[in-house]
Amino acid sequence: MKTRQLGKTAKHNLITYAIVVIGFIVVQLLSSAGMISNSLSGQLVPICCYIIMAVSLNLTVGILGELSLGHAGFMSVGAFSSAFFSVCMQETITEPWLRLTLAIIIGAVAAGVAGLLVGIPVLRLQGDYLAIVTLAFGEIIKNVLNSLYIGVDGAGMHFSTKDSLSLNLAQGGRVIINGAQGITGTSKDSTFLMGFILIMITLFVVLNFIKSRSGRAVMSIRDNRIAAESVGINVTKYKLIAFSISAALAGAAGALYAHNYATIVAKKFDYNTSILVLVFVVVGGMGNIRGSIIAAAALTILPEVLRGMNDYRMLIYAIVLIVMMIFNQSPQMVEMRQRFTAKLPWKKAAKADAKGGK
Amino acid sequence: MALLEVTNLGIVFGGLQAVDKFDLTIDKGQLYGLIGPNGAGKTTVFNMLTGVYAPTEGDIILDGTSIKGKQPAMISKAGIARTFQNIRLFNQLSVIDNVKVGLHNQIKYSTAEGIFRLPSYYERESQFRGQAMNLLEIFGLQDEAKQLSSNLPYGKQRKLEMARALATNPKLLLLDEPAAGMNPNETAELMETVRFVRDKFKIAILLIEHDMSFVMGLCEKIVVLDYGRIIAKGNPEEVRSNPKVIAAYLGGE
Repeated sequence: MKTRQLGKTAKHNLITYAIVVIGFIVVQLLSSAGMISNSLSGQLVPICCYIIMAVSLNLTVGILGELSLGHAGFMSVGAFSSAFFSVCMQETITEPWLRLTLAIIIGAVAAGVAGLLVGIPVLRLQGDYLAIVTLAFGEIIKNVLNSLYIGVDGAGMHFSTKDSLSLNLAQGGRVIINGAQGITGTSKDSTFLMGFILIMITLFVVLNFIKSRSGRAVMSIRDNRIAAESVGINVTKYKLIAFSISAALAGAAGALYAHNYATIVAKKFDYNTSILVLVFVVVGGMGNIRGSIIAAAALTILPEVLRGMNDYRMLIYAIVLIVMMIFNQSPQMVEMRQRFTAKLPWKKAAKADAKGGK
Repeated sequence: MALLEVTNLGIVFGGLQAVDKFDLTIDKGQLYGLIGPNGAGKTTVFNMLTGVYAPTEGDIILDGTSIKGKQPAMISKAGIARTFQNIRLFNQLSVIDNVKVGLHNQIKYSTAEGIFRLPSYYERESQFRGQAMNLLEIFGLQDEAKQLSSNLPYGKQRKLEMARALATNPKLLLLDEPAAGMNPNETAELMETVRFVRDKFKIAILLIEHDMSFVMGLCEKIVVLDYGRIIAKGNPEEVRSNPKVIAAYLGGE
């Protein structure tokens, strides 16, 4: 009985991994058969990024239970720190995959540290206040990066917040972060395969975290903070751990995203991006990792597929959102779905099995 | 030496003296009752003992060290566990996971060990499972282990709260109205369980309860609060015949 039931979570997680693997294989087959349009194949890496973003935000919103509206800020930190690294290292490390891997690690660490620093003051707040402060944080990151100039020459690094001329670069020096124009000249190292691997790593981290001592502590804080404290859970510590992991994964997604384009600007990671990712999480179901993956993929592909319908594109997008919400959340629909799945032959067999076992 | 020594404890909310000059000494293994009319300040005393409120006066000494003004998590580690008047379970976690959260500080491994599934993870998790199941069996909840805790009936939710509190390996257990909403049969069964728990875990128990037959039948000593002050203290016989207590409950001149 015990092992059977235990296997249930493992099975649930295995299906989630399987969905990602199957999705990857199907897309690979389709693209080798030439059945994926150019515009869609250009979206493959961004889709991977959004999936990672959605899963990582779900850790904050669904598992930790705190609403964050500044998740794109961490993506931005990851994107800029990793792009900065790879532009500097373009000549030193010539192996693209190695450069990208290191860049992703740097992006994740930078964003994780940012998450920790932001988390210390912010996680003292709750509910609406926390949401507003994270929103402000996202804007601050964007504006700081918008007015940040960094150049490198023989003498080392130069910083400025005015313009690229005030960097006073020596002959042969070059500007790496050029204010609102961002970082140009990133090599496009990101591949769909890398995106796939990163999704798998993200899933591994998040799913294992949830099913561990720390994950239980985090969920207990979400469910009842006072009771969690009363059994000796260090609330601040576990909130910070969850928030930092979430930020680090967002940073990794940002790094992947940055290396998909030749230019990266801070404006890309604004409020709208944070909200977009939050929509993925809410549509997929809070705390439901598999839902986040499907929602992120579906809602990124949908506008591409509907490109032909120009005027009605956003209308259909909105309708799909509403229908998905009803399908996922409405009690009647949930009940109907359960009735339907209970009728599936393999479920019936499992049920009979369980009854016989008792 | 006494397990818990509370001296001259008091707390003021704004201009209201909710609890004043509260003294209490609990010995190891003692069953102590805290009673009083509604609004007397019983739960406020619990909240001060567990660190939810910081007392404005007095001292709380557990096993020789002062725990006054410490954070709830620290007090839990020091050895006081509690249940709540309005049940506070982790609703979206399973029954067994509720108890596992209670075991959090008893069995430890790091976040990284959990994420990377090192051998220590499997070893500790099986300890978690074993100990949690043992506790659930004491309260007859082993068959519901995998259910969501919010799906349990009321009486079992109360039991689960006790199991979770015991998981923290306390020296002193505080029960806030454990028999509330139970029928006479369940109350009688609960009395047995409380005694059993005290004997098995060798802990002291302080409980708030309105059901007089429950308190009188179970507790070795009773303290009575009214308007935030102690009006009587002693064994059940003494308390029952104390005119101040009768006046507080029935209304006196």
